[in-house]
Amino acid sequence: MDFRSSDTLPGPRSEDILPSTAAAAVKVVIVGGFGVGKTTLVGSVSEIRPLSTEETMTQAGVGVDDVHGVEQKAATTVAMDFGRITLNEQLVLYLFGTPGQQRFWFLWNGLFDGALGAVVMVDTRRLEVSFDVIGRLEERGVPFVVAINTFPEAPSYPTEELRSALDLPGNVPIVNCDARARTSSRDVLMTLMRYLHSLTATPEHT
Amino acid sequence: MSESDQDWDEASPERLYVITGGRSGPSEHVVLDLVTLIVSRSPPQPTMQPEHVAIVRMCSSPLSVAEISAYLELPFSVVTVLLADLLADERVEARKPVPPALLPDVELLEAVMRGLQKL
Ligand SMILES: Nc1nc2c(ncn2[C@@H]2O[C@H](COP(=O)(O)OP(=O)(O)OP(=O)(O)O)[C@@H](O)[C@H]2O)c(=O)[nH]1
Ligand SMILES: [Mg+2]
Repeated sequence: MDFRSSDTLPGPRSEDILPSTAAAAVKVVIVGGFGVGKTTLVGSVSEIRPLSTEETMTQAGVGVDDVHGVEQKAATTVAMDFGRITLNEQLVLYLFGTPGQQRFWFLWNGLFDGALGAVVMVDTRRLEVSFDVIGRLEERGVPFVVAINTFPEAPSYPTEELRSALDLPGNVPIVNCDARARTSSRDVLMTLMRYLHSLTATPEHT
Repeated sequence: MSESDQDWDEASPERLYVITGGRSGPSEHVVLDLVTLIVSRSPPQPTMQPEHVAIVRMCSSPLSVAEISAYLELPFSVVTVLLADLLADERVEARKPVPPALLPDVELLEAVMRGLQKL
């Protein structure tokens, strides 16, 4: 085994160190179907090269169809990409990009707990993959905005048509984005924050 | 030092069992979120187990539990067990995430928007 010098010890690179004054962090979760651009969005706004954290889930908890009646519980590892934005000397924002297998998202204990909100990324060629996650976010009371990733081959529809296709309430923002562009991804997050702000201002909404 | 030849890439169930002493969850009543920030309170001690040393070392500046998990290449739940030990021994402190409320408060949202605006 090689001797490990101090610069190979696990930990952040010097440029990725947070200020010692960092007092609290908030999180936003990016959800959406396979290949819709979640990792791209996280990477385009993150100040650190996106990292990956994982969690091990037992088969019993995951609900995998087990036709063979295998006694042993198999463990499934679910990895999640995340990035970071230092907002000011005290406050840090983390963005979590969920993996494509939707059935795992809501089993990851605490992923949505305490999240400010979520971004649902949608590819207009596959609207149907978003139905389930939108329903689950509504069920859990997690506020979200919808970001339509503008792939060149994807058809574009008027916002109101998308709204009714996705069965979204009138106040849920729907925005176009190019997840590869930092400003566009930043604007999606700004849209989410403005939406949350409007919900706070009118707590009587349903 | 013995921790110098740890293989951080290996996370077999057996290894995880050894690391956590066979426990499956935090022993103390500590609720750690993915974005709880962890900061060391003192330098690592030679008697500590290698994973504890690694955490105490990388948390000389604040680091989220998610980042610790990423750098150690250990699952989130294993890291929370390791952190529970360190918290119980007062080796590290935890800075709780905001907000616990159903809807975040206006001042927090405005701080987030100001931060994003600078990007
Ligand atoms: N044209 C265009 N391409 C994009 C955009 N966002 C992502 N892509 C491309 O789409 C592909 C998939 O993007 P990812 O970010 O890996 O998608 P993901 O949602 O993380 O995928 P999974 O994690 O596998 O579910 C990549 O080749 C990206 O370059 C976008 O806004 N516009
Ligand atoms: Mg991805």
